[in-house]
Parts: sequence; structure tokens; C-alpha cells
Amino acid sequence: MSLYGAGGGLVVKVGHWSRCMGRGGGVVVSMAQETPPARGCKLPRSGSRSRSRGRREGKSRSVRSNLLAGGAKAGEPPGRLHASNRLKTTKYTLLSFLPKNLFEQFHRFANVYFVFIALLNFVPIVGAFQPELALTPVVFILAVTALKDLWEDYRRYRSDQEINHMDCLVYCRDEKKYVEKYWKEVQVGDFVRLRCNEIIPADILLLYSSDPDGLCHIETANLDGETNLKQRQVIKGFTELETEFDPMKFNSVIECEKPHNDLNRFRGYIVYKNEKRAGLSKDNLLLRGCTIRNTEEVVGIVIYAGHETKAMLNNNGPRYKRSKLERQMNVDVFWCVIILFVMCLFSAIGHGLWVAQYGDQRPVFDVLGSDGTSLSPALSGLYLFFTMIIVLQVLIPISLYVSIEIIKICQVFFIHQDTDLYDEETDSRLQCRALNITEDLGQIQYIFSDKTGTLTENKMVFRRCTVAGVEYSHDANAKRLAMYQEPDSEDEECTSKSGAIPRCDSTSSHQSAKIVHRTQSTKSHRRTGSRAEAKRASILSKHTAFSSPMEKDITPDPQLLEKVNECAGQLEALRQHGQPLSHLTPELSDIIDFFIALTVCNTVVVSSPNQPRHKVRVRFELKSPVKTLEDFIKRFTPSRLTSGSNSSSSSSISTSKSLYRVSSSAIPSPSGEVTLLKMGEELGRSPQRDKSENFFQPGMVRDNGKDGELRYEAESPDEAALVYAARAYNCALVERLPEQVTVELPHVGKLTFELLHILGFDSTRKRMSVVVRHPLTDEIVVYTKGADSVIMDLLQQPSTENSTSKRTRKIRNKTQNYLNQYATDGLRTLCIAKRVLRKEEYARWLENHLEAESSVESRDELLFQSAVRLETDLQLLGATGIEDRLQDGVPETIANLRKAALQIWVLTGDKQETAINIAYSCKLLGHDEEILTLNAESQEACTALLEQCLNYIKSKSPQNKRFSVAENPSVDFIPSNGTSVTSPTLRPNFSLVIDGKTLSFALEKTLEDKFLALAQSCRSVLCCRSTPLQKSMVVKLVRDKLKVMTLAIGDGANDVSMIQVADVGVGISGQEGMQAVMASDFAIARFRHLQKLLLVHGHWCYSRLANMVLYFFYKNAMFVALLFWYQFFCGFSGSAMIDQWYLIFFNLLFSSIPQLITGILDKDVSAETLVALPQLYKSGQHSEEYKPYMFWMNMIDALYQSLICFFFSYWAYQDSDVDVFTWGTPITTLALFTILMHLCIETKTWTWMHVVSITFSILLFFTVALSYNAICPTCYPPSNPYWTMQRLMADPKFYLICILTPVAALLPRYLYRIFQGTLFPTPIQRGRQLDRLHPVACSHVNKWNAQGNWSATPKPDLVMPLSKDSGIGADESSSSTSQNVTLDTNQISNGPLNKQQTPELRETSLPTMELAGGAKYSLPNGNSSSVSIRNAQSHLHELQRSELATDLPFTEGGVRLNAHSGVDPSNIHLLNWRTPTPSTNDTMCFFHSSSHCSLQTQTVRGERCVPGNIEPEGMKLSKEVFPGTSHISTHVIPRNSLQESSLEMTPL
Amino acid sequence: MSPGTGWETAPEMPGSSREEDGAASKNKPDNTAFTQQRLPAWQPFLSAGYVLPAFFLLGLIFIAIGLGLYFTSNNIIEFELDYTGNSPNSSCHHCTRNNTTNCKCTIHFKVDKVLPGPVFMYYKLSNFYQNHRKYGVSRDDDQLNGDLDYLKVPSEYCFPFRLDSQGRPIAPCGAIADSLFNDSFVVYKINSSGVSKVSLNGKGISWWSDYNVKFNNPKSDNGTLEQTFQGTVKPNNWPRPAYELATNPENNGFINEDFIVWMRTAALPTFRKLYRRIDDGMQPGNYSVEISYNYPVLSFNGQKRITFSTISWMGGRNAFLGIAYLVCGSACIVTGIVMFIVYIKYQGQHVFKEE
Repeated sequence: MSLYGAGGGLVVKVGHWSRCMGRGGGVVVSMAQETPPARGCKLPRSGSRSRSRGRREGKSRSVRSNLLAGGAKAGEPPGRLHASNRLKTTKYTLLSFLPKNLFEQFHRFANVYFVFIALLNFVPIVGAFQPELALTPVVFILAVTALKDLWEDYRRYRSDQEINHMDCLVYCRDEKKYVEKYWKEVQVGDFVRLRCNEIIPADILLLYSSDPDGLCHIETANLDGETNLKQRQVIKGFTELETEFDPMKFNSVIECEKPHNDLNRFRGYIVYKNEKRAGLSKDNLLLRGCTIRNTEEVVGIVIYAGHETKAMLNNNGPRYKRSKLERQMNVDVFWCVIILFVMCLFSAIGHGLWVAQYGDQRPVFDVLGSDGTSLSPALSGLYLFFTMIIVLQVLIPISLYVSIEIIKICQVFFIHQDTDLYDEETDSRLQCRALNITEDLGQIQYIFSDKTGTLTENKMVFRRCTVAGVEYSHDANAKRLAMYQEPDSEDEECTSKSGAIPRCDSTSSHQSAKIVHRTQSTKSHRRTGSRAEAKRASILSKHTAFSSPMEKDITPDPQLLEKVNECAGQLEALRQHGQPLSHLTPELSDIIDFFIALTVCNTVVVSSPNQPRHKVRVRFELKSPVKTLEDFIKRFTPSRLTSGSNSSSSSSISTSKSLYRVSSSAIPSPSGEVTLLKMGEELGRSPQRDKSENFFQPGMVRDNGKDGELRYEAESPDEAALVYAARAYNCALVERLPEQVTVELPHVGKLTFELLHILGFDSTRKRMSVVVRHPLTDEIVVYTKGADSVIMDLLQQPSTENSTSKRTRKIRNKTQNYLNQYATDGLRTLCIAKRVLRKEEYARWLENHLEAESSVESRDELLFQSAVRLETDLQLLGATGIEDRLQDGVPETIANLRKAALQIWVLTGDKQETAINIAYSCKLLGHDEEILTLNAESQEACTALLEQCLNYIKSKSPQNKRFSVAENPSVDFIPSNGTSVTSPTLRPNFSLVIDGKTLSFALEKTLEDKFLALAQSCRSVLCCRSTPLQKSMVVKLVRDKLKVMTLAIGDGANDVSMIQVADVGVGISGQEGMQAVMASDFAIARFRHLQKLLLVHGHWCYSRLANMVLYFFYKNAMFVALLFWYQFFCGFSGSAMIDQWYLIFFNLLFSSIPQLITGILDKDVSAETLVALPQLYKSGQHSEEYKPYMFWMNMIDALYQSLICFFFSYWAYQDSDVDVFTWGTPITTLALFTILMHLCIETKTWTWMHVVSITFSILLFFTVALSYNAICPTCYPPSNPYWTMQRLMADPKFYLICILTPVAALLPRYLYRIFQGTLFPTPIQRGRQLDRLHPVACSHVNKWNAQGNWSATPKPDLVMPLSKDSGIGADESSSSTSQNVTLDTNQISNGPLNKQQTPELRETSLPTMELAGGAKYSLPNGNSSSVSIRNAQSHLHELQRSELATDLPFTEGGVRLNAHSGVDPSNIHLLNWRTPTPSTNDTMCFFHSSSHCSLQTQTVRGERCVPGNIEPEGMKLSKEVFPGTSHISTHVIPRNSLQESSLEMTPL
Repeated sequence: MSPGTGWETAPEMPGSSREEDGAASKNKPDNTAFTQQRLPAWQPFLSAGYVLPAFFLLGLIFIAIGLGLYFTSNNIIEFELDYTGNSPNSSCHHCTRNNTTNCKCTIHFKVDKVLPGPVFMYYKLSNFYQNHRKYGVSRDDDQLNGDLDYLKVPSEYCFPFRLDSQGRPIAPCGAIADSLFNDSFVVYKINSSGVSKVSLNGKGISWWSDYNVKFNNPKSDNGTLEQTFQGTVKPNNWPRPAYELATNPENNGFINEDFIVWMRTAALPTFRKLYRRIDDGMQPGNYSVEISYNYPVLSFNGQKRITFSTISWMGGRNAFLGIAYLVCGSACIVTGIVMFIVYIKYQGQHVFKEE
């Protein structure tokens, strides 16, 4: 109970933390919930401060206790030298805000430009407007930005305050005890006492822990999101303290690195008074922001404080990238500048000429300059140039940047709000960490994906293993997994689909989805597991990492279980009889070693859910792993003298460990060599001793067994999987302490292994090892587990030809075979090996190792070498196959992304076979593809290979069809399904598989072009065994060389570099912590979210922004051109017929809101269609919404429209007595109307917000104009427009011209749009045509519903513009132009709704539906009359099938067909489905034609959604929905043709 | 998970499972039509089939309006008399010579049809850039509004027509006022019986709002307009000071309607300004205009004309709007027809048909 109590506390605390850290410290978690922060929460202050301090400090930092500082100068402790713990993330102070903020804003070129122009107005000779007025827009925009910054800064200030005023206990010298202090008062060198569940206020070196082993557990979720507990250790030399740590006595000096942001690195040493040194590592450091767990009390000395803590150094805030669209836009802004320049120059020259034509005789209207003299034509031309810049300044859109920012913020908001991107299991939404590259999502061309954790769940499930050359297939386990698989996928299917229902009424369908969930779990018991389990697992995962029930409950293989039991029995028997273990048969001994290795060789932390891990034990002097040579000798040299007394004194202590420990404690006079030799003898006797000590163990075991469930917290899911697997065989890891591991074996009971070393896993070695002392044999054993390729190379080479070596070789070969098999099955393989060390060997190694450990400079390298020395001559025990299941929806997502012409590369560290297999299962590789595998050992070989492949591909291209594979021995072609003979018209698909080594060659400068050429001609590329660096190199190469938009997606730390390099980095917040997320621009919970993120949101963001930008350019150009034309009629004098108020506020007020609304809300194609037709994504990839020529087209259109607007008014008012502003105001009005109507044409989807915004704009204009023209009769010189608008509005001419001109101006564009949409519709426009059906269908639904009559509603045939030449999927199209694909498009949009029709069918007992086309659709349920709800089950099935079949044509066939031109066009008539004599067979054959996967999910979906509708709401909904779906199955085709085409479509 | 902990059983209970839903999914975004971007929407579809009727309708309406406008405009009678005098045989040629003052010339013209009243008489200047930027700003609205302060201290905008060489303020200041059009016209009808003066009405030729609100004479507590203008000087080009512009006090000073009309700067370099109204209309016959030719325009290639025009509800004669409407309407119809053809031809192919 106490844990849960504490847990509750934790939650509160954590919540508090993340809240109060806000932007400051909630490094990961809270970022996305923030409103978009300003650029640069980079803590510029702290940065500069630490830099300057760094110079003072030199290379390292030395920390002393503050308590020692002479005592006198309390105000100036040595800690002052370093940053204090006060957090200041604010950028401004009250005083500095204005100058600093302005300074920052003027970093933007645009702002400088606008201010320059505004200031230009103050120069009288060029001033065009009232200077004050000209300043307003700039000031307005600056003020808005400043206010935003101020608000953000204030929030930062608040959160800083909150954090700074948190309490902690700091040792006070004067009071000689710990006193409460604010966090901000903590200084470097202070001693801080922390209690359980407290948040660590600074980076603290652990000096004391209440834990008897000097341990401290921390949770780093605030830092990296990992929820598992991490152990930290008291530094060496302080563990031995008998009494409570007294800070006053601390007189050592700590030398450590300067602050840096690497969370996983901390190096330094502590120098004791006696000049002794001890190394410090990250294991001794408590990081700010983490939480103390499971430890009552710790004391430490502050090493880094405040901004120098690692947590703060890691907090870089959101990233700012520049999107492709923006880059393109900037080019066009540049063009605008040039256009502006040209216009101004033209005007200047024109003015010069105009002035010159009058010669010396100045006309009365050419007013003298300010000095009273007339200017020369050239000079007045020059002045005019600047005047014109002011007048035409609007061409460079002042509000464009602001608008873009607003739009992006809203886009981020909408992406963030999408329920489809919400993952229920982890309760996480999508996070947008980069705020300004949303539109890049719509332009991605290459996706680089990690495999593990990205495509797969990273939920490692133990599947099978091989021990000593014998395979244990774990069939039962496989079945169990299948059980999980099924309901899960079904669940997903239903939720995802229901999320994507095109709603007429969103709430009702939402309800129905909920109902569906609930009823599903109550109804079918078989599946109760799924959702509930998932939910429980998600709750659990907050406490324990990686332990969903699926991973935990492993069904043991009976054969192996029996062997284990037998083995354990024998072991026990042997021990009972005092016989050495070598009496075990090699196989059994291997088995037991195998399981011990599984249990021991890891870093899993054990905890029991029911009790906190507060160990209450007597402290012993020997705790830590062997750290010194003396220590080693001491430990391994038993002394009878001491042991006797000690054992007697401690016999009352019940743990075996303690007894053992004591008995092997130190002896006074060790002399290296001798003792080492003696040791063997001594150790020989130890089993005996162990046995006796273990005698009273079983009772405890049972105790423990009752509350049973120990929780394992592992750093990687593989480890947890293995430990759980071992537990399934009753080899349970019971306890792990830094220096010992307790394992519980069947029969034998608890065994405690003394843990001498852990050589942790790293990606270079690809293995980890533990060195333990075996309690039964007292041997020193190295257990190693690692990647098979590595381990296999390290195995002992059998030197002699005896039976043992034969056996070894046999085991090795067999294991290798099984490994290959596992890999083919897509399992992750790990090899388990051991090595028994002789004492001398160990001693020698230890010496080296200790040296390595204590070295400060090249420590890492030395440790690596040391590990390599240890991990040789291994003896293979066995291998495991761990399944990493594909995430839900991955194949579908990949298939869809593929259809969107996205190149998907998978970069994985996994082995080739596994990777290929996963690639197959996630449909990355198809069976119709040829796989080119590149495995080269040298640069030359790689070159040759690449060339061969290129040639091969060339030869395979349509010109020369035939090619013999056999000629190419080194190129490993895997022809699958005999598809090497492809149809001559089709270009064969290639896929490239390359391994890490070859990749490193291929990435060389000389080869990269060839590699790229090859990769480009392949459909997919799979890079196996690649290192993080290689991943990023590949991404970089592709990005830079091919000039494409890249997206990298990954979940682990190894993907970080790749994510950072790519144009868009996506992190999956999955099992492996948050590092990837922290580096990413977008963080999603599941791979399948990528589909909606890219296809829907990406597309929308891109098309919205592209259209908005284009429109912006158009708008400004059109408006400015009006002024330019006027120059021809005013002597190029820079005068404007448009009142300066209108001129300045036109952009800011009158025309800005509609365009923002459109930019935020416009949908060119609905989400459903975008997902259903991924081909539409291509428009973004090819930048079709915003191509360079479009800018010019828009400019030309703007020119034309402005000409119309100008000259229509010109001619209409020609020869009249109109004055400047009475003439200019209608022009303004016209321009506004034209611009708004232009927007109307460009707006694809209208909602009430669009209408309101446009109405508002027009009303605003008239309101402003009317009031502005009425307020003051003498103000606003020079226009002084008093009563102008009022007078105009009484003039019919004004209205006449306002009607005519916009029509004339927009006619060409409108016509173009219409003809283009009719004759040459783009795929997007076709998509919209599909979309249009959706609202229609909805209204039909409502209509029919009202009539209550749906039985005989004919549905008109819908002619779908999806013919093969239509451009959708046009790349593969070949011939047949006029072929229509008849599709019921309702199925696209209404697909998900269809499933709800079933109960309706039953209730109303609709046996027959007359449908358009004369086809008669009889329900295939045989008895066509009524089907009652009560006996519905069997009929239900059939109904669902039939309904599914009607469902399928679009989802499976409609799109797919377009991609397969091999199908005879006549069969495309297709997808239609005639049931003259309806039978289930019909539908079934259809199922077979579609892919297996979809069959399953569809069926399942149908089934499980049905019961929900029994509920009243469901009924209601389905009533609404049903009529719309009743006309689904109206199409008639011969059955056999359907089969034929479908089979062609998906070769199974 | 250990059996017997709360978690195991919780999901089995329907009530608690729903509670958990709420608790566990606190991050779940709101499912509203707005946040999910599912607001009810209308998609205008730019395809021939949908816009055809609109086009025909629009075309017809436009043609109708166009016809109406065209005939209205055609019914307006308008004629112009050029009196610039730049051609030697022009009757005003003698006035174009330098240093002629108080030059008068007469132009004869004939009216064929009855011009129903009111007939508007304009003077029209060409190539006169009243819309020049520096010219256009060169005025002081406050001064013109009768503000005494500004009368004495005119605005900087008036420069260089703000103060005279002695530093006295100019009233009215600025280039526009300075260049006031000062030709005047008298129209005579030549009957068989003799010559009769046609009565020209100069009242209400300016905007009501200008005359009544924007422009005001400065008013001091006592004294005439002249006294109020004391201390100011007349604009350089003016023959008389502002308070002597007319005899009628309602039309004198800043509220002289000719002055007000002039001060409303024209939009285009060729412009006309209302000079007088002939309320009774003009009968057919011979007329003459006696022109006091004062205003020099030849230096900037200007032209001076007198225009007589009847008006309609849509103002003066302007065929453009009518023609534009007709052209646009026809264009709509034509494109409608083209679209119809396209629609017939392609409807099966690309256009989605809907009953």
C-alpha cells in the first residue's frame, strides 16, 4: 500500500514539476502543450555566462565544500565562482525589455526594411505619406510581436519563480544541521539532503545514501522520459562510512569536467585529504530534475547548479528551421524587391522626363522644392525614386511574415488537436516541436525510418530459443502471441476507422465508437484481453518499463521446461551429495548456464509492486564490486581466522548473501601470487559451504513466490523479455544489487551470484557481459550475450579433435542454422555464451581493467579494450529469438505512403535477414520485387558490385528484356515467386539491401553517386547493420545530392543524428525514452500516425500555406499596380489616388482576415479522400501548389486585374469632374472586392467562418470608410476625404462599377479554373470531385431518413474520374484512355459508416434492395424474410460479409487497380459485384482477392462493431447512416472477371 | 501484474472502466467539429456543369444593364468648345500672346436639339496635373475651414505658397489656391431679335459638404471679412484678394463656389470642373460665349474647353459603362456557350454528373 501511497504523491509531484518547470525544465514533456514559444529560449544569458566562466575555470572544474571556506566570509562562498542555482530563463528585465526586444525584432530583415521605409517618410523631400501614419503598421506589428514576447517572458518568469522557490534541505554551517532553503539559494559546493520522492534541485554528487549499499534510485522521466528507475551509487570512499555522513568533515576536492549537456557522461575524480583519488562517473551523479525513488534519504554535494546543470543545458527549446516553401517564398520576395525596384526606377525616369519636357517654364502645378528652387529633372527623378519606394512599399508584404506565423501556429494547433493522432495507450498526442515547418510535411519525398521501435512496437516478446544446439520452438507461446495479435489489430482497426468517419454528425458517431468499445469487451470473452490488457499495460507502464502482459506471460516450451526441471533436480541432488557440478551432462549444464545467463547477464532492476524496496539490512564492509586489486585478493583469499569469528557472529543473519560475504571477508596479509594459487583449493570447498548456507533458503523462496510478481525494470526491452522468459522456466531474477544478483532456481532455491563486473552494452561491441562468481562452483564466470555475428566470432576455437570440440562445433553449426532460421522469421537474435575464467586469468585481466577504470583521459578506450580482452574464447550456450511485433497498421501505412510516391528507406542496426524479413512483413518489400543485396568486403568489391547492379538494372529496363541472373555471381539476387520474368511492359521493381560495411564503402566520395543512382532506381532501400552515424550520413547524402525533402523517423537514441539531419525529423515516443523525441520536430506515438500526419496534415498545411503565400503576392501586386498605373496620369509624381489610410490599412485590416481564415481552414481535399487516395500527396512533393511559374502567373493575373480595376474606373470617370479621392475610393473598393472574390475562387471549401470573415471584411471597410469620411472635415491632409464615401454611396455609378469590374477582372481566372477543372483536372481536383459526394451523400441520408423509406432508393451511377489515364496513379498507366472506372464513391467517404448498417438490415428485415442499374441485391442469408435480432449470429456473419464485400471495392480495389495496369481494362469495370444467385462463395472469393490482412481486419471490424448498434444510440446513428449506404452494391460485373482482376492485383 | 492488485479487476467493472477512460486520456484532444477540422462545409466546384446557368444568367443581366446604360448615356447631349487659342485661326488666339491682360474673346456655337435643363456648363483643362503629388498636398484645410490661427500661420504643406516674400501669410495658401482658374464665361443666345444673356446659375455647383462644412470663412468677433483677412496677403496669381472674389457674401472668401470647385483637385490630368448650371435648358439656336481669357495653359501644352452637358441619373455622358457591361455580358454568354459545348462533349469523361 505504501508504494501506491507514495505513487500518488509522485504523480502530484511530477505534475507539479512539469508544470512549474514549464518551458524551463519540462524538457520534453510539457513542450508541446505550451503555446508556441518565441524563438530562442536558448537561455542566452546562461550561455554567455558559462562561457565566460569557463575561461576562468580552465579545462575542468574543482568543487570544494562550501563549509570549509575559512568560515569568515559567509557571504562569499567558493561556490560563487560558479553559476548559482537560481534559474533565469527570462530574456528581459523590465528595463531591458524595450531595447532588447526591438533589437531582436530588427534581426529580421523585413522589419528593418519596413522601418526604413517608415523613416523615409520623415524626409520631407521624398515623404509620400504622413510620417506618423506610415509608421503605424510597422509599429503595430512590432508591438504585437513585442506583446507576444512579453507574455511569453512573463510566463517564463512565473515558472522560474515557482521553481526557484521550491524548498530543499541544505546543510548550514552555523546551525550545524540541514535547513530549508529555496532552490535558488543552493550553491555549488553546498550539501543537500534529499528525501524520497523529492526532485533533485541541481546536479549533485552522491555522497551518502540511506540505502545500506550506498545506492540511490532515481527516475529520470523529467529528463529523458524514461520511466524505469536508474541506480546511482555513492562515490567510492564514502560507502565505507559507518555513521551518518557529516558534511563538516568533507574536505576532499572534486575535480570534474566543465558543464556540458551530455546526460550520459560525467567524468572526474575526487581527491581525498590523503591525496588518494577515486574516479567519478555518471553513476555518482544525481541530475537536476530527476526524482529520488525508493531511497529514504541521500546527501550530496552540488557540482553544477542552475543553468549549468545538464538538464538545463539540454533544454534548447524548440527548433527553428526554414521550410522549403519559405525558402521558395523568399526567392519570390526577392523578385518582388526587384519588381519594386524596376517600378520605382521606371517612375523615377518617367518623372525626370516629365519634368524635363517643360524645360525651364515650370507649370503651375509643378510645385517648387522645399528650398524654393526648382529641381533639375534628374534630381527630382532621384527623389521620386525614394518616394515611389514608399508609395509602392506594399508590394513587399509587410504582413506576410506575420500572417505566415499566425497560420502556422494555427496549423500546429490543429495537428495537435487531431484525435486520430492521439494514442490512447500512452495517452499522448502528437507534439509539434518545430513550429514553422508544418508545410514541409506535405512535401516529403524520402522517408528514412528506423526499424526497431518505429516500424515495430519495440515490445520484445520471447519467441523461441535454442540451447546447446537443440531448438525449442515454443509453439504454445506462438499461439498465445497470435491471440494477442488478433484482438489487438481488431481494436485498432475499429478505433482508427471510427476516428476517420466522415461525419455528418460528429458527436453521434463518436458515441457509437465508444459504445462499440464497451460492448465489444462485454460480448466476446475471447477478446476480453485486448483492450483491458492494453489499458492496464499502459497504466502499468507508468510504473514499470516494458512489461505489458504480452511480454511477461511466456508459455514455456514443455520439453525445455522438463529439461530445466530435470537439470535443477540433478543440480540439487548433486549438491546434496556434495558432488561437483561437472557431473551434469553437458547439455543440462548448458541449459542451466543458459538460463543463469539470461537471468544474470543484464541490468534489470527488480522491484516488487507490493512493497517498496527499502532494504533494511546490516551494513557490511564489503559491498561494491571488486574495485582494487587488494580488494580482490582480500575477497578471494579466505581466512580461517576471520571467517570463523565472523560467521559465528553473523550466523543469526538469515540471508545467504550475508553469510557468504562474511565468511569470505578480508585477511590481513595477502601476498598476491601465493594467495591466488591457494584460492583454487579454497574455492573447491565452497559449494559445501554454500549448500549449508542455502539450507534454510526454500522457505523464503516460497514467501517470495506468493506475492510472486516481481517487476523488472530494464533499460532495453530485450533484456526484460529475456528475464521474463527465464522466469517462465522458474529461473527468476529475485534481487539485483550492485555487487550481487540473486537468482531463484527450481529445486535449488535462491542462489546468489557475486557480481564482479558488468561490462555494459554498447553499440560498437554489440554485446554485454557480466563477470560473476558462481555460487555453486565458485568459479569466476563471464556471461556474455550479444549480437550473433559478434558472439560467433568470439567463440572458442576448438583446437583439438576430441569429442568436446566436436560437440562444440556441432552446437555451433546447429545454432547458426537456427539463427538463420530465426532471422528469416523476423526474430531478433541474441547469442548467449559464457566463459569460465581461471583465477590467474582473472587477476591479470583485473589489473588491466582497474587501470583502465582509473584512467581519466582515455578511459573509454581502455575500458573498451579491457572488455574485448575479457570477451574472448567464449563457449556458446545458445541463442534466443525475440519477436518484435510490427506496430499496428504499419504495412498499410507503408503501402499508402508508397502510393504517395514516398521513397521509404529503412535504416536499421539489425541484421540483414531480420531486416529483410521485417521488410517483407511490413510490405516494404513486395514479393514481386527483385532484391539486390550488396555485401562487399572491400572498397573495390563494392565498386564492382554497384556497377554490376547498375548494369543489371539497365539491362532489365524495357529495351533489353532478357537477362540471365546467373552471370552475376556476386550480386545476390533473390527472385521471389518467379517474378524474375516480369511482363515486358512493366519495368521490374528492384529493392536494394545493403549492409553496414558495404554502406560505409558506398558512402565514400567516389562511390556515393553510383550508390545514389542505384538507390534511385530501386523502389525501396534497406540498410542493415548501420551505425547511427551512417544513418545520418545516408540521410545527408540523399538530402544534399538529390535535393529532395527528407523525413527521418525513429525512436531511439541511435536515430537522433538522423532525425537532426533530415529536413523533418519525427520522433516516436515509444519505449526507448525520449531522446529521439527531444531531437525531433514532430513526435508521434505510432508509426501509423505518420500516414495522417503526412498525407492529410502535411498536404493541408502545404497547400494552405502555398496558396496563402501566392495569394499574398497576388494581392499586394494587384494593389500596388493600381498605384503604379496612376503614375502615368500624374506625371510620375508619386501621388496616390487611394487615400493613404486605405493604402496602409488595406493589408492590415481590410483584406487580412479572410485570407488568414482560408489559410488556416481551407481544405482542398477532405481528409478521408486524402487518406484513401495517397496519390494526391504527389502534388506537394512536386510543389505543384506553388511552382515558380505560378508566382509569375499570379503576377500577370494581378497585373491584368489591376489594369481592369484601374482602367474601368478611369474610363468610367473619364472626362468628368471627379476629384482624386472620389475617384480613388471606388478603385479601393473595387480592388477590395476583386481581391476578396479572388480569394473566393481560390477557396476550396467553405465554412461559415469563411463567409463571416469575408462579410466582416467588407463591412469593416465600409464602416471604417464611412466613419473616417465623416469624422473630421479638416483632418487627414492631403486627402481630406470628408463625405467622400457618403457621396459615392449615393451615386449609382459607384455600384455599377463595383458590380462590373470584379466580374471582368476575375473572369479569366475563373474561366481558367473551370476549363482546367473540366478538361485537365489535376489529381487534386479529382479528389475534390470525390469529396463533393460526401456532403451530398449526407444530405441524402438525412432526406431519406426523414422519409423513412430507403428500400427502393435508386442511387445514380457515379462516374468516377478514376480512369487509368486520369493522373491518379498515372505513372503506371499504359493505354486505354477512355476507360471509366465505375465506383460507388460513397464507399470512399462512407466506408466506415457502412459497418453500422447491419443491425438495421436485421431489424427492418430487408431481404431485397432494388438498386440502380437494375441489379437486384438479395441478402445472401438464404431465408430472405426477417432475421430477428435474437438469432442473428450466423446471419450476422453473412450479412457482414456481404456488407464487407460492398465495402471492399473501393478500399481495396479502387485504388489498387489504378496501380496495376497489367489488368485488362475490360475487367476494370469491375469492382462491381453481381449476385444473381447470391451465395457466400461470391463474397468469399472476393476476400481472397484482396489482401489477407485487410480481410482479417475488415471482418473483425464488422463483427465487433455490430453489437454496439444494439444500443439505442447506435440504433439511431445507424438509422441515419443506413440509407446512405444502401446503394452501395449496385454494380454488376461477371464474377469470374472479378476474380481474375483481383487475383492479378494481389498475387498471394 | 500481480493478481489481487486493483488494476487487475478494475477494467472488468463497467463503471470503473469508464472512469479510467477519463483519467487515462486526459491528453485526448477535444473531439469537436472545429478542432477536428470537420466544420460543415460547402465545396464550390469549378466545373462547367455547375457554372453554366450562372454564366448565362449573369450574361443576360449584364447585357440588360449595359443596354440601359448605353441608351441612357446616348440620350445625354454634350458638346465642347475649345478656346485654347493655340491655332492661329482660333478666335482666342490673340489672347495667347504674352502680356495681354483682360483679354476677351467670343466663341460662337450652335445648338441643334433642345437641351433640357439643367444643362451643366463645365470648363475643361487638359494636361493640367492637378493630381501632382506636391501640388495636391499644397493646401491647408484648416485655414480653409476658417480657423483663425491657421489663417495667420498656414500649414507647412502650403510651402512654397505659404508666406510671401515679406513673411506675411498667404490666404488662401498653397499651390492649388494660387493656381485658381480665373477665366470667366458669359453665354449669349443669339436670336433673330438680338442677343440675350443666358442666365447661368453658380449656386450649388460645389459639394454641399464642402460648401457648408469644409469651407468656412474665418470669423472674427467684429468686422467684415476684409478685416478678418487683415494681415494676410492674396495669392500671388490672384488679381483680387479672397474677400473680393465675389460680391455676394454667401459666395465670397473661402466659400466662393468656384474656388471650392477648384480646390477639389481633379483625379486626372484632363478634367472638367463645373462652372455653372443653365437651369432652364437650352433651346436650339445660335449661341456665343464671351470668355475672359486669363488662364495661361500653353506653357504646359494645356487645352481649355467649355463643355455643355445634360445629365441623367448616372451623371454625365459616358458610353463606357454601358459598353463595358454589354461586352462583359456577351463574354459571359459566349464562354457559357463554349462551356456548354465542352460540357456536352466531356461530361461523360471527367465531369461527375449528379441528378
